Amino acid sequence: MHELSLLESVREILEQQAVQQNFVTVTSVTLEIGKLSSVEPEAIRFGFDIVMQNSLAEHAELIIEHVPGLGLCLDCQQEVEISALYEPCPLCNNFSVKLTQGTEMKIKELNVR
Amino acid sequence: MCGICGCSQPNPNSTAHHHDHTHDHDHHDDHSHDHDHHNHDHHDHKHSSHEAERLIKVEQDILSKNNLYADQNRAFFRQRGILALNLVSSPGAGKTTLLVETIKMLKDQLAIAVIEGDQQTDHDAERIRATGVPALQINTGRACHLDAHGIGHALMELGIKPNSLLAIENVGNLVCPSAFDLGEAHKVVVLSVTEGDDKPLKYPDMFHAADIMLINKIDLLPYVDFDVERCIEFARQVNPNLQIIQLSATKGENFKVWTDWLTAQFPDHA
Repeated sequence: MHELSLLESVREILEQQAVQQNFVTVTSVTLEIGKLSSVEPEAIRFGFDIVMQNSLAEHAELIIEHVPGLGLCLDCQQEVEISALYEPCPLCNNFSVKLTQGTEMKIKELNVR
Repeated sequence: MCGICGCSQPNPNSTAHHHDHTHDHDHHDDHSHDHDHHNHDHHDHKHSSHEAERLIKVEQDILSKNNLYADQNRAFFRQRGILALNLVSSPGAGKTTLLVETIKMLKDQLAIAVIEGDQQTDHDAERIRATGVPALQINTGRACHLDAHGIGHALMELGIKPNSLLAIENVGNLVCPSAFDLGEAHKVVVLSVTEGDDKPLKYPDMFHAADIMLINKIDLLPYVDFDVERCIEFARQVNPNLQIIQLSATKGENFKVWTDWLTAQFPDHA
């Protein structure tokens, strides 16, 4: 359940942003979670309300944007979409795909006031 | 007080806290959006302040804070010629026994220090200290992984010598520790043959994050249903560059291949 630690980091970043950008309440949090990241979006949803309790983001809406996995196949030199780390290149079937996208876990934007 | 994090522990590093980070951001049209609707009303003006709502772009990695500490740890290791390894596995794969045997073989040749991560007890650090090398136990409590901040503090407490081998034994868990960079040179994943040979596919994040895999307890192969070739094939599917050593920490089989790999990381000591 490292999602709880990640959510604690999210809360800390929100608190930091609140000071820097001068706001007191967060009404929505948009996260970008890569399909190949080690994060389970359902676990993030499960923990979000608990971790944000009594914080500036209590009752905030959680929006999760899923980022697809992309990689460069070193054999066929094509950019391909992959949905799991153990998947071969869908074009040449070799296991030589270098990931270029899909492992991200980011706070993209916030609605605040 | 720790000047980096504001926690009550001593400052692990005198470097000032900074918040620089780069943004790699690819947008793709096939993003899907899930909205989690809570049982509150955004249009309920009774509870809203008079200030207008505004959108703030953040674009910050959730792990940015951990990664900043990891970078500081990495700089600490580089400045002192320390090789830091992050040992990860399921509980019971034999990480501590592997370390104890490694220390016995190399302690006359190399300065070695160990950081032990477990949810509770300092049993593992005691086992390491019995070999005569310094060991520090971190109890993570409810957390299922070590993080770079805790390692930074441990480094200060441990008083590690330059040009040491630092082995960080992570919490036994094949999932969570994969996401947390500690500043190590390599993640070493230990998989024992009493586990399933398909673990690299079941827990791909860890095998993808590791540089080297040790298949441990190979002396037990006659008694278990573990297909080494299948395991290696699965692991290389997840990570084509993974180095693999099959060994037995308790019986010593192939153990020198591992210690040779370790000493080769220290050109001056080899």
